[in-house]
Amino acid sequence: MNEIEQFTKSEYKYGFSTDIEQEMAPKGLSEDTVRFISAKKNEPQWMLDYRLKAYRHWLTMKVPTWQNVHYPQIDFQDIYYYAAPKAKPKLNSLDEVDPELLDTFKKLGIPLEEQKLLANVAVDAVFDSVSVTTTFKEALKEKGVIFCSFSEAVREHSELIKQYMGSVVPYTDNYYAALNAAVFSDGSFVYIPKGVRCPMELSTYFRINAENTGQFERTLIIADDGAYVSYLEGCTAPKRDENQLHAAVVELITNENAEIKYSTVQNWYAGDENGKGGIYNFVTKRGICKGNNSKISWTQVETGSAITWKYPSCILKGDNSIGEFYSVAVTNNAQQADTGTKMIHLGRNTKSTIVSKGISAGRGNQTYRGLVKVSKAAENARNHSQCDSLLIGDKCGAHTFPYFEISNPSAKIEHEATTSKIGDDQLFYCQSRGISAEEAVSLIVNGYCKDVFKELPMEFAMEATKLLSISLEGSVG
Amino acid sequence: MLSIKNLHASIGGNEILKGISLEVKAGEVHAIMGPNGSGKSTLSKVLAGREEYEVTAGSVEYLGKNLLDFSPEDRAREGIFLAFQYPVEIPGVTNIMFLRTALNEIRKYHGKEPLEGPEFLKLVREKTKILDLDDSLLKRPVNEGFSGGEKKRNEIFQMAVLEPKLAILDETDSGLDIDALRAVSDGINKLKNKDNGIIMVTHYQRLLDYIVPDFVHVLLNGKIVKSGTRELALELEEKGYDWIREEQKEEVV
Ligand SMILES: Nc1ncnc2c1ncn2[C@@H]1O[C@H](COP(=O)(O)OP(=O)(O)OP(=O)(O)O)[C@@H](O)[C@H]1O
Ligand SMILES: [Mg+2]
Repeated sequence: MNEIEQFTKSEYKYGFSTDIEQEMAPKGLSEDTVRFISAKKNEPQWMLDYRLKAYRHWLTMKVPTWQNVHYPQIDFQDIYYYAAPKAKPKLNSLDEVDPELLDTFKKLGIPLEEQKLLANVAVDAVFDSVSVTTTFKEALKEKGVIFCSFSEAVREHSELIKQYMGSVVPYTDNYYAALNAAVFSDGSFVYIPKGVRCPMELSTYFRINAENTGQFERTLIIADDGAYVSYLEGCTAPKRDENQLHAAVVELITNENAEIKYSTVQNWYAGDENGKGGIYNFVTKRGICKGNNSKISWTQVETGSAITWKYPSCILKGDNSIGEFYSVAVTNNAQQADTGTKMIHLGRNTKSTIVSKGISAGRGNQTYRGLVKVSKAAENARNHSQCDSLLIGDKCGAHTFPYFEISNPSAKIEHEATTSKIGDDQLFYCQSRGISAEEAVSLIVNGYCKDVFKELPMEFAMEATKLLSISLEGSVG
Repeated sequence: MLSIKNLHASIGGNEILKGISLEVKAGEVHAIMGPNGSGKSTLSKVLAGREEYEVTAGSVEYLGKNLLDFSPEDRAREGIFLAFQYPVEIPGVTNIMFLRTALNEIRKYHGKEPLEGPEFLKLVREKTKILDLDDSLLKRPVNEGFSGGEKKRNEIFQMAVLEPKLAILDETDSGLDIDALRAVSDGINKLKNKDNGIIMVTHYQRLLDYIVPDFVHVLLNGKIVKSGTRELALELEEKGYDWIREEQKEEVV
C-alpha cells in the first residue's frame, strides 16, 4: 500500500462512553424545550425571557450555507437539547460527585480530586449539559477571581451576566449563535477584577457523552482594568455513528490594559475514516478589546470534529489594542474545516497578528477564511497575516480566502501565504536517512507548527504536540 | 559487501531493471555510467528501498543479509546511504534538526546513546569545514530554496555526518561548479576507506579524475552491458554510447 494512504488509520483514544443515568429534555426544539432547560437550571425570569427572544429570532433565520463544507441537513427536531447526569440535588463538594463521572474525567487525563489536581490549573468540568465541578474555587476567590459554571453565574452574578452576556455575540449574530442563546446549557464564567493577575491557568474541559445530544455551552470571560488571565479549553466526545452538534458561543471582554489569552485544544471525535459519525463543531468565538492598551490572543489547535466551522475574532476598539490569532488545524480522513479569524480595527494604533497553519491529510478538506477590516477612524492600524497550508498526500485539499476591507489609508497590512506538500518523495527521503515515515511526519508537522505551539501554555504545548502526532498517526506506513 | 544477482524491477507493469548483477567489495569504488533513462537512478532507489518499484526477480545481499527484507529506514540504519539526483525539500524542518534526528535514529538502532548539544555541534562543525558549507544552510529548512549545487553539497554533508558503509551517489557531480566539485570529491575521498564501498552514478568522467574508480560499468536499457576500468570511462567520453549499442545489437543477432 502507498505510504501516504496508510497515514490515516489511528484510534481515537477518547472514544469510550460513560454509562450513567441521564435526565433528558424531551427530544426536539420548541418553546417548551427552552422553558424546560431554564426551569431545570432554576433561572430567573429575565434569563428565560432572553432565551425565548433568541428562540423566536432563530425561527426567522436560515441555515447558513456559505461555508466550504458539505454535510446533510441537520434535523433540529431530532436532537436532545438537554442531558444531565442524574445526581444529588446540590453538590457541595467533590465527595458528592458521581464516582462514574470522576472516573470518566480521570480516563480523559483530567483528575478532579483535590490531591491530584494539576498544579496551577483550575478546572471547570462540563459533562453534557452541566458543569460537574470547578476546582480551586476557594483559592481563586481570595484574589476576587470568579470562576464558576455559567448556570451558577446566572444565579449568583446576575448583574455581570446581564451587563456582558450577548454584548460581543448578540443572539442576532448568526444562526447558531441564536440557537445557542435559546438552549445553552452550561459553560464557564470568568471575571478577573481590576488589577488582578489570575494566579493560575483556568481551564474548562467539555465532554459530550449522551447520544443524539447537542452541546450548547457558553463561555464568558471578563478581564477588568489591568487584569490578566490565561484560559484553556479542551474537549472530547465518545465515538458514535451519528453526528452530534456542538454549537458554542464564547465572548471575551478586556477593559483598559487588560489581557486575555484564550487557548483551545479541540479534540472532538472526528468520525471514522469513511466520515461516519463525528462532531459538527459550529462555534462563534469573539472578543472585544474594549479598553485602551488591551489585548486578546486566541490560540487554537483543532484536531478533532467531523466538521469545524469557526472564526475566533477580535474587535479592536480601544486605542493601541492588540488582537492575535494563532491556529493549527488538522483535517485527516474525511474531516472538513472552514476556519480562520476576523480582526476588526476600530481604535487608533491597533495591531493584529494572524498565524494560521493548516494541515490536510487523507481526504481532509480545509479552508482558511480571514477578514481584516480597518475602519475609517482606525488611524495607523497594523496587520500581519501568515497563512500556510501543508498537504500530506494528494487526495486532500486546502483553500485560502483572505479578505481585506481597508477604509483608512494609513493602514499597514502584510499578507503571506505558502503551500507545501509532503508526498512519498519527502517521506522516502527521510527514510533513506534512517527516519521512519511516522517520525518524519511528526518532525515535519511539529516544525511547521512551532510558531503556534510556542503560544500555548507549556503543559498544553506538549499535549498538543502529542495530539497532533496521534491525529496524523497511521497516515503513513 | 554488496552482491546483486539478476535484479529485475518494474513500475506500473513496466520493466526498468532487466537483470542486473553487480558485486561490490569493501574498499571498492564503482562508477556506473549510461545514457539518460537507462535505469541508473532506478537501481539506486531500489537499493535504498523505494517501494514504488516492484522487485520481480533476483536478489540483493548486503553484509550477508537479504537487503530486500529491510525497510528503507532500516537499510539506512544498516549503513546504506543514497545521495539523491534530485534532493527534495522538507518544509518546516531545519537542516540541523533533520540531521540530528537521522543520526540519533541510526545510533539508537545500534544501541548507542543519542548525540546531543555540544557533541553533535562539534561533529557538524568538523563536517561543514570539510565541505566548505555555509553555516546558514544548517538553520534553513532542508533543501528549501537551496541552489542546485547547494543541494548536492548538502547531500554529501549529510553523508559525512552519517558515515555510511555503502554510499550510492546518484549524479552528485552534476550541477556543481569547479570548486564545489573539488570540495565534494574531497569529502567523498575522506569517507573512503578499506571498509566502505561507494557506487557513483555519473555522466562525466571528470569526477573520476578526483575519485578514482576501481571499476566502471555501463548500464544500458536496464542491464549492465559492459564493465571495465577507468579507461572505459575515457573511451565513453570520447565515443559516446553508440558503439556499445552496436555491440549489443550484434550480440543479440
Ligand atoms: N516512477 C516512475 N514512473 C514511471 N516511469 C519511471 C519511474 N521512474 C523511472 N521511470 C522510467 O524508468 C526509466 C529509467 O529511469 P531512471 O531515472 O532510472 O534513469 P537514469 O538512468 O537515472 O536517467 P538519467 O541519466 O536521466 O538520470 C525511464 O524511462 C523512466 O522514465
Ligand atoms: Mg538518474
